[in-house]
Amino acid sequence: MTLTQHDIDQEIAARHAAYEQRLADGGPVEHQPRRDYAPYRSSMLRHPQQPPVTIDVGKDPELVELSSPAFGERDITEIDNDLTRQHDGEPIGERITVSGRLLDRDGRPVRGQLVEIWQANSAGRYAHQREQHDAPLDPNFTGVGRTLTDDDGHYRFTTVQPGPYPWRQHVNAWRPAHIHFSLFGTAFTQRLVTQMYFPSDPLFPYDPIIQSVTDDAARQRLVATYDHSLSVPEFSMGYHWDIVLDGPHATWIEEGR
Amino acid sequence: MTKIDSRRPESVLPTPSHTVGPFYGHALPFRGGEDIAPLGHPDTVTVHGYVTDGAGKPLPDALIELWGPDPDGNLPTADGSMRRDPASGGFLGRNGVEFTGWGRVQTDANGHWYARTLRPGARGRSAPYLSVCVFARGLLVHLYTRIYLPGDAAVLGADPLLSGLEDARRDTLIAAEEEDGTYRFDIRLQGEGETVFLEFQ
Ligand SMILES: [Fe+2]
Repeated sequence: MTLTQHDIDQEIAARHAAYEQRLADGGPVEHQPRRDYAPYRSSMLRHPQQPPVTIDVGKDPELVELSSPAFGERDITEIDNDLTRQHDGEPIGERITVSGRLLDRDGRPVRGQLVEIWQANSAGRYAHQREQHDAPLDPNFTGVGRTLTDDDGHYRFTTVQPGPYPWRQHVNAWRPAHIHFSLFGTAFTQRLVTQMYFPSDPLFPYDPIIQSVTDDAARQRLVATYDHSLSVPEFSMGYHWDIVLDGPHATWIEEGR
Repeated sequence: MTKIDSRRPESVLPTPSHTVGPFYGHALPFRGGEDIAPLGHPDTVTVHGYVTDGAGKPLPDALIELWGPDPDGNLPTADGSMRRDPASGGFLGRNGVEFTGWGRVQTDANGHWYARTLRPGARGRSAPYLSVCVFARGLLVHLYTRIYLPGDAAVLGADPLLSGLEDARRDTLIAAEEEDGTYRFDIRLQGEGETVFLEFQ
């Protein structure tokens, strides 16, 4: 049987209603998606069925997971955070500046840590050989960036607005435009891979990946804010996106490496 | 809202996780990501295995990260895992001297991965282990597990995590020795023999 958008819409609505009911019954706010989220079909065979085993980090400050790998200036190049300058010519598309801060759960900046991004080009095509979407490749755009956060936890990228793209999970399945982010904190427990979206995308309600975050406020935290003060005159549109890492960390470990 | 006011703790809420998806290949894997041990180091171990789903099928698109202490149990502090060439923008790779303790490897088309790193030393109350983080298409939040190396039964028996698990589950965290210095560690995401995954609080 063909899987339609209507089928997925109903499953998304049912999962959302079930979460609202859990909240009404006094359940906790769920900041993270559940790994078992059937509207995103690829999750079905790839999520554990056993509950995770909890490690109480307060009992052992020596756990290796309470520390993080280090990255430095030799792990990046000067133009890594400008995705429009990595080829001979300029990529096609609307230039954007994406900037924000990387924070821990206490609101403290995560300093000198690695931020990695990847994205589709302005036509919605990844420079990846397994990509099946036949939108044009851009010889001047790979769609990969890296940077280190500064002393206030700031990061900044220059790139082009990614296009939305179809992904074949169901008939007429489209991903809203997004940039993938990979982040390190001061502890390996804070590791995060996620996706940043753009304001008011009409595809949000149809996309089971963003809807896997069933808490409305948590889902909003994946959406960047248009920020005119970040727009560069005669050059780019500005978006602001702050990132807060979940997971415990060792507060007694000296920061500011 | 995505501007966080860090002076108001109630506004500092976690950014949700998302799947790594299928198209991270130009961004995350890097040359030498799996060769963590300094060249020729006598305490080098090879760990390898398959990542499988609930149908027992290997994942050709999983990404594994390893993080562990040096053989004395010290935390690595060196950067330089993915040293870059400022001229070409390409990867120079590790320098073969310093130990960063961290590596990253993508499963191949058969769902197989390997890494060469230093035998981890013990820290705190734990038996020696390597910390593992698994990412994949279909996995909305990454998974943590640990690779314990077999050997000293008393040390493994006293480990706070292992000692709290039933035997069958505990065994999913202990690699199998194949030959000197080579260990097999499979990661089963779901179903029979499901690997023990961890959450930290
Ligand atoms: Fe994507």
